[in-house]
Amino acid sequence: MIEISKQLTRAARGAVKVHAARAASSVVRRARDAGLLDVGYGYTDTPFGRMLVAVTPKGLVRVAMRTESPDEVLQELSDRLSPRVLEAPIAVDAVRRELDEYFEGKRQVFDLPLDWALSSGFREKVLRATARIPYGGVSSYREMATRAGNARASRAAGSALATNPIPIVVPCHRVLRTGGHLGGYGGGLAMKEALLKMEGVRLA
Amino acid sequence: MSVRLPPFQRFLDAHRDEVYRFLLSAVGPQDAEDCFQETFLAALRAYPRLSDASNLKGWILTIAHRKALDAHRSRSRRAVPVAAVPDEAGREPPDPDDGVWEAVRRLPSKQRAAVLLRFAADLPYREVARAAGGTAEAARRNVSDGLRTLRKEWSR
Repeated sequence: MIEISKQLTRAARGAVKVHAARAASSVVRRARDAGLLDVGYGYTDTPFGRMLVAVTPKGLVRVAMRTESPDEVLQELSDRLSPRVLEAPIAVDAVRRELDEYFEGKRQVFDLPLDWALSSGFREKVLRATARIPYGGVSSYREMATRAGNARASRAAGSALATNPIPIVVPCHRVLRTGGHLGGYGGGLAMKEALLKMEGVRLA
Repeated sequence: MSVRLPPFQRFLDAHRDEVYRFLLSAVGPQDAEDCFQETFLAALRAYPRLSDASNLKGWILTIAHRKALDAHRSRSRRAVPVAAVPDEAGREPPDPDDGVWEAVRRLPSKQRAAVLLRFAADLPYREVARAAGGTAEAARRNVSDGLRTLRKEWSR
């Protein structure tokens, strides 16, 4: 007969993975019901690759391009908002739906509530001004700086847009350099150009 | 300065299998899932206030251990023996070795806790002591007393 301590160790190694996974998804559901889901995230497939989207009870807080590492994005959310971060596909359903519609050309305005918690001060003002640029329109870094209250801060406006936590929905792709040059874009210039083309903007 | 905690989902992913395994052994297949949910919900509640992130495994197993104790208590209060009936066909976790854990669950509570934390949770004695209370020496003694009882029962 096997020594009892060995038998205990072996017995504890039974197939538990499936059951643990199911129990873990129940935890997420109950956390949401109990109001303990501070940040819920999920993934959505787009013509520009898979994006991670995160929401808080206030609204959409983060859209991460495929060029960003999910681990780093989630750690940042944990550090800056709350470590109660859980994968909750249901919580991001509305975001996924609206993004799908946008990429299919069926949606020009997003109806999603936004949570600006990851931006503050001048950066937040720049991003809020950017959120008001309509579909098919474009603006300039200087114009965004002016609307945020400091006409001479176009460089700072550019850096606020470069670190936009909610790209696509806050349409930083509609902001160009004065004179119509594309400027920069977190998802790459080809993506910026493609988005503008899709929205019917004629580029110089 | 506050500690840097991993996003809860990463913490849950990293420890869910060992917590489930521990609870399966500690309370059996019928109560394991409930205890598992209670364990991680309690952890989620306390998580942002956690002041030390250096031993998250010991922390979550301490909570699991307490939830298992609660389950044992409420079961002994229920007292009326009910045949184990799975609530859904095929839902019961496959557990060919459950016999030995049934025997563990019949041990006196201190021995039971020590044996479970040592073998189902795979914790060193120092952490068994931290989770169950008492010293590492007492934990070691409880484990060896428990194993002696099991050996007797198993060799019959």
